[in-house]
Amino acid sequence: MDEFILIFRHEDGGKLVSPEQMQIWMKQTMDWIGGIAAQNKFSVGNGLLFDDARVVKYNNVVTNGPFGDIKETIGGFIIVKAESIDEAVEFAKGSPVLQGDGNTVEVRKIAKSDGIH
Amino acid sequence: MQPPELIPHLFRAESRKITAVLCKSLGIEHMEVAEDITSETFLLALETWTYKGIPENPVAWLYAVAKNKARNQLRRNHLFAEKIAPQLKQSAQVTGEIEIDLSDKNITDSQLQMLFAICHSSIPAEGQIGLALRILCGFGIEEIANAFMTSKETINKRLSRAKENLRAHKVPIEFPLKTEINKRLDIVLTTLYLLYNEGYYSESRDTILREDLCLEAMRLTHLLIENEQTNQPAVNALLSLMCFHSSRFAARKNENGEIILYQDQDETLWNYELIQKGAFYLKQASQGEKISKYHLEAGIAYWHTIKAGTKEKWENILQLYNHLLQMEYSPVAALNRTFAFSKVKGKQEAITEAEKLKLTGNHYYYTLLGELYKDTDSSKARSNFQTAYSLAKTQTDKQTIKRKMEEL
Repeated sequence: MDEFILIFRHEDGGKLVSPEQMQIWMKQTMDWIGGIAAQNKFSVGNGLLFDDARVVKYNNVVTNGPFGDIKETIGGFIIVKAESIDEAVEFAKGSPVLQGDGNTVEVRKIAKSDGIH
Repeated sequence: MQPPELIPHLFRAESRKITAVLCKSLGIEHMEVAEDITSETFLLALETWTYKGIPENPVAWLYAVAKNKARNQLRRNHLFAEKIAPQLKQSAQVTGEIEIDLSDKNITDSQLQMLFAICHSSIPAEGQIGLALRILCGFGIEEIANAFMTSKETINKRLSRAKENLRAHKVPIEFPLKTEINKRLDIVLTTLYLLYNEGYYSESRDTILREDLCLEAMRLTHLLIENEQTNQPAVNALLSLMCFHSSRFAARKNENGEIILYQDQDETLWNYELIQKGAFYLKQASQGEKISKYHLEAGIAYWHTIKAGTKEKWENILQLYNHLLQMEYSPVAALNRTFAFSKVKGKQEAITEAEKLKLTGNHYYYTLLGELYKDTDSSKARSNFQTAYSLAKTQTDKQTIKRKMEEL
C-alpha cells in the first residue's frame, strides 16, 4: 500500500459564497473524507488558510500571493493510502472541490523514506 | 449481616484499599506479599468472626490486623534489612517501627498511584485489565476468569506475567511527573475504556458481574476526576461516555440475555439520572482545546440518548463518526458511520458507501447490507443476511439475524 497526497486547488470559497454554502461544502468534505477513513485509507489532512500567507522567492523577496483570488491556489490536502494511482484518483473524484469549474485535485505519490525513492 | 454475607461485601470494598496501600508501602516487587497479607487478613476475619461475632467496627478491625501482619512480615522477613528498610526509612520514625497509613487520603493516593503503575506500557492490555481488576477492584481470580470467559489458570498466568514485567521494569508506585502525566494518562484511559467495554460487551451470562465491571471502570475514572492534576477534559469525556452507555444497561438485554437493538429498546428503562450525569461530565469535558476520541464517542452516545430519529440527530452522529474515523479507524466505527450515513442520505447512497468497506469476515457488515437492501431488493437482502448468519459466532447474534430474515 502506497501513500498519495491529494492537493486541492481552488479560489477562496469564503469570498464567493454565503457562510451557509460554506457550511454545506464543509459537511460534504467531511462526508467525503469520512468515507475514505471508513475504508481505513485515510492518513492525514488539513486545510490551508488564505490569510497570513506569503511566498518567499529568490533573493528572499516576499510577496503576498496571490492567494485565494485564483483557482490555482492550494486550499488544502489529504494523504490517503491506496493500492495504485488509479485507486487514489478514484478517491479524488469524490472531492467536493471538483464541483467548481476550474478547480483541481492533484494526485501525487508520496516518496517512501526507504532510501530508494 | 452475618459473617458469610458480610465478608464478601467487605472484601470487595476493603481488600482493594488495603492491597493498594500495602503495595505502595512495600514496593512493586512485593506485590504478592501485599496480596497475601490482605488474603490472610480476611481469612482470619472469617475464622474469628464466625466464632466470636462481628466486631463493633469491622473495617477498623481489618485495618488493625492488616497493619500488624504487615509489620510482623517485615520484621520477620530477612529481606527487610537489606531491601525494604532503606525504602521505608523516610516514613519510619524509629527503625523497626513501620507505619502503614490507612487513612482515606493515603488510600486514594495509593490507588491512583497503583493505577498509573499497572497501566505500564510494558504490559499488554489484557494484563493491565486483569491486574486492575485484581489489585484495584478486589476481584477474585474466578470472577476475572468469568468476565474474560476463560480459565483460572489462564488468568493466573496472565497476572503473574504482568507482575513479573512490573518487577523487571522496576516500575515505581508514584504519581507521574507533571511533564509525563498526559502520556501516562493516555494509557490509563485506554485501560479504563477497555475495562468498561469488557463489562458492557462481555458475552458472559452473569449480568451482575458485567455491571460490576462497568461500575468499577467508572469508579476508577472518577478517582482521576477527583484529583486536580488528572481532572482533564479527556477523563471527563470518558466518564461521560460511560454514563451514557450505562444508562441503557437495563434496556439493552432481555431476560434471556439476548441483545435488544437500540431501536427496539424500551426507553422507560433508560436511567435518566445517568444521562444527566453524562451530560454534566460532557460539559466539563468541553474545556480545553484538544478533542480526544472519548469526546467524539461521548458526543455520539449523547445523541443516542435522544430516541427520536431527527435529521439533526443523525447528521450530528454522522459528522462525529467522520471525525472519529479520521482519528482512529475501527471496523465498528466504519459500520456505524455507514448506518448514520444511510439515515442522512438514504439507503441507496449508503449501499455504495457500504460496499466500499469490504469487511467480508464481519457478520455485522452483512447484517448492515441486508438492512440497506431490505426495502428495494429482498433477494439481495436475504443473501446478505444468510452470509451474516453463517459468519455469526454467538447464539444471540444468530437469533437476531434469523429474526431479520423472517421479517423480510
